[in-house]
Amino acid sequence: MAVSMVQALNAALRDAMRADDSVVVFGEDVGALGGVFRVTDGLTADFGEERCFDTPLAESGIVGFATGMAMRGFRPVVEMQFDAFAYPAFEQVASHVAKMRNRTRGSVTVPIVIRIPYGGGIGGVEHHSDSSESHYAHIPGLKVATPATVDDAYSLLREAIDDPDPVVFMEPKGLYWSKAEVALPARTAPFGHALSRREGSDVTLVAYGPTVPVALEAAEAAAENGKEVEVIDLRTLVPYDEAAVTKSVSTTGRCVVISEATGFAGIAGEIAAQVQRACFYSLAAPVHRVTGFDIPYPPPMHEQHYLPGVDRVLDAIEQLEWD
Amino acid sequence: MELPVDHLEQDRVAGLLPSPDPIQLIDENGAVTSGDVAGVYELPPVQTLAEAYRRMVVGRRFDAEATALTRQGRLAVYPSSKGQEACQVGGVLALAEQDWLFPTYRDTMSLVMRGVDPVDALGLLRGDWHCGYDPMKERIAPQCTPLATHAPHAAGLAYAARRRGEDAVALAFIGDGGTSEGDFHEALNFAAVFNAPAVFLVQNNRYAISVPLSRQTAAPSLAYKGIGYGIRSEQIDGNDVAAVLAVLSEAMSHARSGHGPMLIEAHTYRIEAHTNADDAGRYRDPSETAMWVPRDPISRLERYLTGVGALDDQAVRRVQDEAEAFAEELRSRMGADPAVRPEEMFSHVLAEPTAQLRAQRETVRELVMRGD
Repeated sequence: MAVSMVQALNAALRDAMRADDSVVVFGEDVGALGGVFRVTDGLTADFGEERCFDTPLAESGIVGFATGMAMRGFRPVVEMQFDAFAYPAFEQVASHVAKMRNRTRGSVTVPIVIRIPYGGGIGGVEHHSDSSESHYAHIPGLKVATPATVDDAYSLLREAIDDPDPVVFMEPKGLYWSKAEVALPARTAPFGHALSRREGSDVTLVAYGPTVPVALEAAEAAAENGKEVEVIDLRTLVPYDEAAVTKSVSTTGRCVVISEATGFAGIAGEIAAQVQRACFYSLAAPVHRVTGFDIPYPPPMHEQHYLPGVDRVLDAIEQLEWD
Repeated sequence: MELPVDHLEQDRVAGLLPSPDPIQLIDENGAVTSGDVAGVYELPPVQTLAEAYRRMVVGRRFDAEATALTRQGRLAVYPSSKGQEACQVGGVLALAEQDWLFPTYRDTMSLVMRGVDPVDALGLLRGDWHCGYDPMKERIAPQCTPLATHAPHAAGLAYAARRRGEDAVALAFIGDGGTSEGDFHEALNFAAVFNAPAVFLVQNNRYAISVPLSRQTAAPSLAYKGIGYGIRSEQIDGNDVAAVLAVLSEAMSHARSGHGPMLIEAHTYRIEAHTNADDAGRYRDPSETAMWVPRDPISRLERYLTGVGALDDQAVRRVQDEAEAFAEELRSRMGADPAVRPEEMFSHVLAEPTAQLRAQRETVRELVMRGD
């Protein structure tokens, strides 16, 4: 049966709530409405107000409240309505959620999942299309996961809820309505394992979340020009599967990292640095990045020029010293 | 046309508002006052007050010793709570064993007065680890250095405890500066909306480092911040441990019996500078500090207890000797360098270290072995 990413996420929440009474879901509009993207659809009706509930409109309060609940044995899964609306919670995330285990030498753990719809491509107005994953990946003590496929959406969210560490779960909202024939419950691979979405021996595209379909489309187009492209889907930014990326680039000798986030000081730059160190003697060309530009996310009528699309990926591949 | 809003019941509004004047049960001269006008709060029993006296004397000596330890280089810094002993001691005496305390960096004295080993309590300031005690064992959250960010944790933990059928209340200490932070307001709101058994005690010591109360708020009293959230509030003489105990005990039982959170503003004064590294002379006149000396929480209780025959010179000396012995033992134990394992920096970041963390830990291990 064709299942959308939203439905897969909803199924993951349901199955996790069924499996463990300590799992509670809360945030803004997650109750009767079922979330603005309907990821929590029907949870309050089926599990009751105690298990899925609306909160005051205050993101720092939501994450702080979740921290307190986690200290007393709950596993809160909280929703930030949009990427840019999660910023008020940043101090709670950076100073408490991420550090609680460390500052208490492992005595206090807060296994919270913070779900954040992120990224652009949906024609959203200002403050609805940020790619904020680099901010979270930069904070030690957090895991950062982001699915690109429907089965991974289910599997990674179940993993995130079961994980003993806090997880920032970045949901690519441009892929919310993507569908696939999958049988749920689906279990793919654990955290920290990148998956190859397409085999190829000439160049490695490293992608995650919303840029995985872009990479796959570019790979198809490149194949028509005789270039065999491997597409690596990172799935989790923390832990980062350096071994998988190194193995692929060591074989292909060429690498392009694709990310929707602004490039400067971002994840793509980090991966490029790691690849050039680990694969230096295998590389036939400098590692390239295709990312969002270093500008605030543009108004919706401009976004097709901002997002790293197939043409820009193909251009980057062309620049990889083929002669 | 009638608007769809609830009629304001004047009784309910009045029930949320604090007393117009701070509740005081024992005045500066050690005399019992007529108490609060409404007669809600009763003077605690003499034995309880005698115990509070003992702990305040020991607590003040602990505080002085901690400041001395900064001069010897044994502590990186120490934010003194001298003058705030009534809140530090009254606060923890109001706690039942199963209750949780959410302290700030200025509340080390309260940790010790609840029974945390003073060496462990000073771990944060000594710097061998961030939190030197086990919060789960002590039921005391790590001391919070960012302002008011622990307040939503108290609300969440209290709510969670109630959901689990536990009889626990969470008590959060906050300063006057902290009431300006968004998290303070979000915590009050969440606690009220979810009827969480949490009590918020604002120790208004009139300064946030150098910034006076007048720059934090234009409210008639910080306790008036409760009514906007539908929270019952009270203001007290924070240097009168009898008032602290009486009002806090009432707040704890209010929360414990399912009536929701309470906010208490304790009017007190930070006798010392912000920390040993601060210079209070740059922003406040010594005459102001001098005004607060007669309001001292210990001397007034000493006068009261002596007056009712619960304390004599011999008993005072006994408590002072106990305080000296406590300080001496602390000084001697803090004289030893703590064992520090550099690799431990990587041990508690995540449940299982990532490949990258393992590699970095190895780097540090090698550097240590090399003696760098």
